[in-house]
Amino acid sequence: MNETSKLTVPHRPKANLGSTIPAPHAELHTPNSTAVHLSATGLKKNYRKGPVDIPVLTGVDLDVRQGEFLAIVGQSGCGKSTLLHLLGTLDAPTEGDVHFLGQRIDNLPVAKREQLRNEQFGMIFQFYHLLPEFTTLENVLTPLMIGRSVLSYWRGRRQAVQRAKQLLETLGLGHRLKHRPRELSGGEMQRVAIARALIAQPQVLLADEPTGNLDQSTGREILRILRTLNREHGLSIVMVTHDAAIAAEADRIVKLAGGQVAAA
Amino acid sequence: MYKLLLCWRYLRTRYIALASIISVTLGVATMIVVNAVMAGFSHEMEDRMHGILSDVVLEGHGLENIENPQFVMDNIQAVAGKWISGMTPTVHVPGIITFNANGQSHSQQIMFIGIDEATYASVSDFSKFLQNPENRKQLSFQLRDGGYDVRDHQVGNKSPLRVGMEQAGWRWRRIMAERQKAWADNQSRTSTDGEHSSSPQEIVRPPLRPQNPEEQANSDSAPDAHAKTPQNPFGPQPIVEFDSATEQHPGVVLGIALASVRDHEGNDRFLLLPGDDVNITVPTAGTQIKRQDWQFTVVDFYESKMSEYDSTFVFVPIKQLQAMRGIGTNVSAIQIKLQPGADANTVRDLLRSKFPPELYGVYTWRDKQGALLAAVQMERAVLNILLFMIIAVAGFGILAIFFMIVVEKTRDVGILKSLGASSRGIMGIFLGYGLSLGFVGAGVGLTIGLLFVHYINQVRDGLEWITGQPVFDPAIYYFYEIPTIIDPLTISWIVFGALSIAVVASVLPALRAARLHPVEALRYE
Repeated sequence: MNETSKLTVPHRPKANLGSTIPAPHAELHTPNSTAVHLSATGLKKNYRKGPVDIPVLTGVDLDVRQGEFLAIVGQSGCGKSTLLHLLGTLDAPTEGDVHFLGQRIDNLPVAKREQLRNEQFGMIFQFYHLLPEFTTLENVLTPLMIGRSVLSYWRGRRQAVQRAKQLLETLGLGHRLKHRPRELSGGEMQRVAIARALIAQPQVLLADEPTGNLDQSTGREILRILRTLNREHGLSIVMVTHDAAIAAEADRIVKLAGGQVAAA
Repeated sequence: MYKLLLCWRYLRTRYIALASIISVTLGVATMIVVNAVMAGFSHEMEDRMHGILSDVVLEGHGLENIENPQFVMDNIQAVAGKWISGMTPTVHVPGIITFNANGQSHSQQIMFIGIDEATYASVSDFSKFLQNPENRKQLSFQLRDGGYDVRDHQVGNKSPLRVGMEQAGWRWRRIMAERQKAWADNQSRTSTDGEHSSSPQEIVRPPLRPQNPEEQANSDSAPDAHAKTPQNPFGPQPIVEFDSATEQHPGVVLGIALASVRDHEGNDRFLLLPGDDVNITVPTAGTQIKRQDWQFTVVDFYESKMSEYDSTFVFVPIKQLQAMRGIGTNVSAIQIKLQPGADANTVRDLLRSKFPPELYGVYTWRDKQGALLAAVQMERAVLNILLFMIIAVAGFGILAIFFMIVVEKTRDVGILKSLGASSRGIMGIFLGYGLSLGFVGAGVGLTIGLLFVHYINQVRDGLEWITGQPVFDPAIYYFYEIPTIIDPLTISWIVFGALSIAVVASVLPALRAARLHPVEALRYE
């Protein structure tokens, strides 16, 4: 019944944030390069503009290994975000496959893809994309509300709230639980978005220009959090950015140009 | 869960959507008020119609063509006796009433109804409409000493005082007799030619008939003089001394609107009181019609609050009327009262099958007033359709505003979808939102409507005060308060209809939201 339970994965404890996120270590982190976590093969994507097809991706091959922090760089409009959306099953490729833990996911039924997005992928966006009607706490809880029925959410709400509060506290937002997004700063909003991405204990974090809308020091702070998540909790992270300095924080950098992976 | 929470939040934060359901609110409130008032009116009307009409009527064709009422009644009893609780014969004939009041001579066309005072009250609500409590117990065509209601007993203490009714009865008759005597004396002093003084002459004129049937029965000493009178009204009259202070003419019950006018404040101004005399003219039966003028003494008023009845019906003892018209024991109709729970249509059909239609017509009281009742029903249906259209129009308002909200929330939809929300879930948000808006609109409308109905008379007073115009003129409607009936079934239908319209109106925007592509929705600025 459960899509993810059928996926045969070498068992890995789910990301579990402790009470604190320690500062990033200076020592070099070696990614667990044993298994491919998320992969794209021959990925093509065209957008229809009236009668003409505009190719955005023209055949992307990409492997994300488990526990890897991968940065995708490229100029604006080169298809970075599109690639990320395809990886996250938000969009369907024109051609090519996306595999998650060895299983093809781009052609799954809608309901399975929704479940995948809800349980396995955490997403972070440049413009935070928090729901303006919800408080910080509610925004963080949204994935759980979506993933569970009213009854089961209600039964587990105490634990869920507990966990959301813990997450927000570790991200330094313990005093902002009841605030609406418009009352938060950009850095705070992005941290709320990270907490939301983590609440369902996903395996992969997909970040679309997570620092693009933030000043440098705030951006570094966000990056430090991502780094910590990657190191401490073994989360695979795919980050899209146009900023080479930001990308330099990642384990590996993939350059996208002309709709294809260019030699780095 | 997120659906419920989002619905709730949208409800709390999007006040523009609340504006779109104001028309739902108003529509629901108006429908409730209109239905309550119309139901009240028609119930009141049916009540009154039924009050004067018996359940089933068996009529002869023509004015008095039932020749042997007892035989007919026996047959009715034999045919449908198990459903029947009472029967009484009646005679109907149009006539003219004339009387003097305030120095003017009044003439009016009336429906003259001869009733059997012993049994008529058992077939209709007739007695409950009378003004003397004793007559309400048992009608008598003898003038009462007094004790007439000074307020409308059907309304209670809220109704205005009826000036004059406190002295109605024999007391009033004696007062009038003294006044007229004094006036007559005065007249005869000032003018030797007494023939011009019509008014006292009318009062002291000997009655054409004995005072009442009982007396007629008792006065065996001079039966011939009495019996001859109707046959030869234009012959030489026997001189009978008539003292109007101690004697009365045959009793008559007048419709109250014949004897009074209602001013714009709802006060009744009486032209006549019980104790006064009136003159009634009817045609005789047969092909050589002659006029018959008779003096009667008003013994009570009849107030059904149906102005048509109250201004035309005049009741006299049936024997009196039969004698006046010279129709022997013929009657016009047999009024039949059914047992509680008996179906009038069944009895009607049964009687129709047994009594030859060329001699007798059988009708229920609804048949008799069918056109009016159907018109009221029709009016109500049309009004309901029109008002429901208002709510339907409100649906388009909801549709438009919902489209706006969906556009405004495009990015939220993208976010939710990126977090794994299904299209059905997204649709659920907006359908649920529509439903909750409908609930709010219908709920507020329901509250306003019920409050309006509850305080309708205060509202009327307020409106009258503001506009200076009578909104609900008791002179026309014959009741002092607007009658209302709240039917739970009607209200549930109204609320259900409003809710459905709100939901139906939100289907299209909700579909649109559900079909949004997550990536495009996320990009939406």
